[in-house]
Amino acid sequence: MTDFTQSYDAPRRNYSQLVLRWLLFSLLGLFALFYLMPLFVMVTTSLKSLEEIRTGSLVALPREVTFDAWRTAWSETCTGVKCEGLKPYFWNSVLMTVPAVFIATLLGAVNGYVIAQWRFKGANLIFSLMLFGCFIPFQVVLLPMARSLGILGLAGSIPGLIFVHVIYGIGFTTLFFRNYYVTIPSELTKAAKVDGAGFFRIFWSIFLPLSLPIVVVTVIWQFTNIWNDFLFGVSFSQAGTQPVTVALNNIVNSTTGVKEYNVDMAAAIIAALPTLLVYVVAGKYFIRGLTAGSVKG
Amino acid sequence: MAPILDINNLYKNYGSVEILKDINVAIEPGDFLVLVGPSGCGKSTLLNCIAGLEPITGGTLSIGGKDMTHVSPKDRDIAMVFQSYALYPTMSVAKNITFGMKVRGVDAATQERKLNEVASQLQIEQLLHRRPGQLSGGQRQRVAMGRALVRDPKLFLFDEPLSNLDAKLRVEMRSEIKKLHQNLGATMVYVTHDQIEAMTLATKIVVLKGGVVQQIGTPAEIYNRPANLFVADFMGSPAMNLIPAKATKNGSGTQIEIARDGAAPLMLTDTHAENLPQDVILGLRPEDIAEAGFRAGEDVQVAECQIDMVEPAGADTFVVSELGGKQVTARLHAETGAESGKPLPLAFDLSKVSYFAPGTGERLN
Ligand SMILES: Nc1ncnc2c1ncn2[C@@H]1O[C@H](COP(=O)(O)OP(=O)(O)OP(=O)(O)O)[C@@H](O)[C@H]1O
Ligand SMILES: [Mg+2]
Repeated sequence: MTDFTQSYDAPRRNYSQLVLRWLLFSLLGLFALFYLMPLFVMVTTSLKSLEEIRTGSLVALPREVTFDAWRTAWSETCTGVKCEGLKPYFWNSVLMTVPAVFIATLLGAVNGYVIAQWRFKGANLIFSLMLFGCFIPFQVVLLPMARSLGILGLAGSIPGLIFVHVIYGIGFTTLFFRNYYVTIPSELTKAAKVDGAGFFRIFWSIFLPLSLPIVVVTVIWQFTNIWNDFLFGVSFSQAGTQPVTVALNNIVNSTTGVKEYNVDMAAAIIAALPTLLVYVVAGKYFIRGLTAGSVKG
Repeated sequence: MAPILDINNLYKNYGSVEILKDINVAIEPGDFLVLVGPSGCGKSTLLNCIAGLEPITGGTLSIGGKDMTHVSPKDRDIAMVFQSYALYPTMSVAKNITFGMKVRGVDAATQERKLNEVASQLQIEQLLHRRPGQLSGGQRQRVAMGRALVRDPKLFLFDEPLSNLDAKLRVEMRSEIKKLHQNLGATMVYVTHDQIEAMTLATKIVVLKGGVVQQIGTPAEIYNRPANLFVADFMGSPAMNLIPAKATKNGSGTQIEIARDGAAPLMLTDTHAENLPQDVILGLRPEDIAEAGFRAGEDVQVAECQIDMVEPAGADTFVVSELGGKQVTARLHAETGAESGKPLPLAFDLSKVSYFAPGTGERLN
């Protein structure tokens, strides 16, 4: 959008501005390269054979492209005692992340809707407490959470992990939705009340359809956090329910004999792919959602 | 006839702040009640209380003879048009209009029929599949009206429905709403801070200030016999002239003396006024001060006044003269020979005069 306006008055721009612009672009390009370098090394290394890694340079392109390391990482490599690759753990992560993201987003939406549009006594206090929850470091809750999960009979299970992530996510999701919904005029709720709609009807028919941008933001945020989480994953899982991040750690650390760098790299990329995918698919809504509300009151 | 809306001793507080104080209003079926007052006086709050969107702190409220004090909005049999229109942004115009019926479980055929009725009545047939975002302000306003009309409620509530429109459209919609009211015979409560809208639409006006009712009456009563200085000043454009004067009893009538800067005081004799205190504020609308010879009647009195300013306004010419330290406006016919800086005999129609107490501002006659 802004590009149009900029190219429009381009003829009027003088030389020094042009130089400045190119400097800026070069600098940004440099930063991009800096960030892309590790990814480049990871991808190339994962496509090399162990032989080539040992003899070749770190940044060289593979002489012979092979997907053996990927296959090994996915279904053969050893995580501790078992040797079935990342696959089962990857599915553990999916089974944990998808419901946790869904539930936390839905609860956040309802919470945000109540706090922003159905002002009640103590609403601000509750909201502040939830905000406070966002800033509690993970480490602090480890012991009490372990105890609670034990009492609930969820210790070491995937539902237990879902529970932990939902609890931890609600603060953020509520914040997102509340900030989005306060920008929606309260007259909308009033009009719907006069039309005869109740609490959930208004939420469902009027607020949810308006929420796509903020849903996308929340989903990306939650998905990234939960998928990439290691601490909760390693603390509250047991053999068989570990998420992919924990398995990845085990692969890299359980080196018996030769260190298989290509397999490690392939495994790391596999573990990172879903979050990457989510960004690529929903990224443009992410930017839009983050700035929504600030543009139009 | 039983009043369709009956408000008794209504109080509304936000926290410890009293927003509405002891409101008592009753209207009959078919009435067009206008709530008018300056910004922040509590008009929207009162309307929200009537709709049940805000709980009231004290008093009672009944609609259609039933006590509605604690009834939720959806069961009050009302429809409301909001200042911002509050159209559902993700729904088409048709869906916006039928949403209420859908929620209430009206069958699809009836929905369709009513939608078409209202759409043709408001001439929005060609807009039905559009989203509110794709409509102009005037069109949105019509859709908001449509959403209310389709309901056929006991009571219509309008919160400044025209305030977001440009001047021309506002006048158009104003007469359309008036027509609508006459055709439907519906009962309406209408909030505005535009006193012209109030005068043209209302069968009954409530003037509010700071959450207190100043006066309730027909437009004519409010206009001709304002209950206090606030109402006198608020209603009418240009505003009523409010001139400090001295009253002295004089045989059968009262002698009114208005001081003038650098000239003999202006003396008028009111034969009807009785029991006035010595200091009064005399209120006379611009149209009740005419050029001598253009107004006849036994209470018309002529006096020479120095004209300070002449403002032709097309159909009329306004002239300003300083009386009692105030800029007093008179409304003369367009072809007047009045010249600024020259004296002109003006006719004061004392049959229309109002007197107010300077301290309390209350009406005296
Ligand atoms: N939710 C609220 N909490 C506290 N005070 C409020 C609230 N809503 C309104 N008020 C106050 O109540 C008073 C009346 O507000 P209201 O909206 O009824 O005014 P109004 O007459 O409709 O004004 P306008 O012509 O500007 O719309 C104002 O002083 C306002 O600040
Ligand atoms: Mg208002």
